[in-house]
Amino acid sequence: MRCIKCRGKAVIDLRRHNAAFCREHFVEFFQGQVRRAIEQFRMFGPDDRILVAVSGGKDSLVLWEVLLHLGYRADALYIDLGIGDYSAASTEKVRRFHQQRAAPLGADLHVVSLKAAYGFDVDEARDRVRRPPCSACGLSKRYIFNKVAVDRGYDVVATGHNLDDEAAVLLGNVLRWNMSYLARQWPVLPGGRGFVRKVKPLVRLTERETAAYAVLTGVDYIVEECPHAVGATSHVYKDLLNRLEQQSPGSKHQFLFQFYQQGRSQLKVEERPDLRSCRYCGQPTPGDVCAFCRMTALLLDQLEQPGGGAAMDSSPAGAQRSTPGAPVSQAGPAAAPEAEPASEAGAVN
Amino acid sequence: MRIFMRIPQPREWRFEGRRSVRSILEELNINPETVIVICGDTLLTPDDVVEGDVEVEIRPAISGGSGR
Repeated sequence: MRCIKCRGKAVIDLRRHNAAFCREHFVEFFQGQVRRAIEQFRMFGPDDRILVAVSGGKDSLVLWEVLLHLGYRADALYIDLGIGDYSAASTEKVRRFHQQRAAPLGADLHVVSLKAAYGFDVDEARDRVRRPPCSACGLSKRYIFNKVAVDRGYDVVATGHNLDDEAAVLLGNVLRWNMSYLARQWPVLPGGRGFVRKVKPLVRLTERETAAYAVLTGVDYIVEECPHAVGATSHVYKDLLNRLEQQSPGSKHQFLFQFYQQGRSQLKVEERPDLRSCRYCGQPTPGDVCAFCRMTALLLDQLEQPGGGAAMDSSPAGAQRSTPGAPVSQAGPAAAPEAEPASEAGAVN
Repeated sequence: MRIFMRIPQPREWRFEGRRSVRSILEELNINPETVIVICGDTLLTPDDVVEGDVEVEIRPAISGGSGR
């Protein structure tokens, strides 16, 4: 198989583009697709300060690498979620990437330990309350990414969501005909009213392409999957879409981008409800207390009870049982994340 | 040749003679859209032929969970 650009030995075939590339031209193709997504969806400009949400996985580290290569002002935030050996290994990958590839380009790494900042971790959330670990994890990440971005003056948060992620989400929303979610699905979530803009610059690239880019450019990522993601519904959707892709190359791209170009415009985006500031942390929320502070208070309440966890009080009043405004070490619901540049923060925990 | 996977569980196969990557993936019932095939510091395409004592990693590229 030959590179369509130079006729040299190809290292990857992209059937959806009816193309194959050598290492050099695949890297060029990949970076071009990221640049095209940024421009196509007007994600950010050269002067914007970008906070990349990194996990230690291939997508987020590759995204950080490419944004820096393209000359953007991209720092990163890593959240230590406390998922046993997986988090320890992820932390190591992120720190090494920062030291070897990002810091030399002037980029900072911020690290927040969920346990140190808020008094619980994802494993404890799983063990102590009847909340799916991915739910607690997702809520925590969305909250902390936004809070750190706002507090530190970033213009935009960039995540490593890719074509497979977005096509799988679209399939899930179509299967349920979830019209409000469908109307909001777009590679840019606008900011304002306390929310920082969120963007997905890898939306034109598949997970396979991102993995290939990582290997070919020497990005050392955590290959192992999060133990809590095993059996996730998103895997089922991705498997279905990849079976379709195998039979009909380009199907995933067509499914997602035709939705962007034709389907979504037929849907009405519902106005966000009126937002106010969370009583404890000041983050935007439609209620009196934001979802993250409610979850934090419930978790800390459970963790304080020996052997607790059998019952879960889902009422917002649960938040009132913990001390509002408690310092980080006491892990009250209003505790602020301790996000420090990695070069200053030392150990995560 | 030795063919191996590290995830989702460590697995290993031995093949004799000359084999194309495509035929190996077909025999192992692996969708090529979901993996990259690594040999040393480079990648193999489906028409590449492997033989001898080479070691080839088939690495799944699909991940999931709560979002990144």
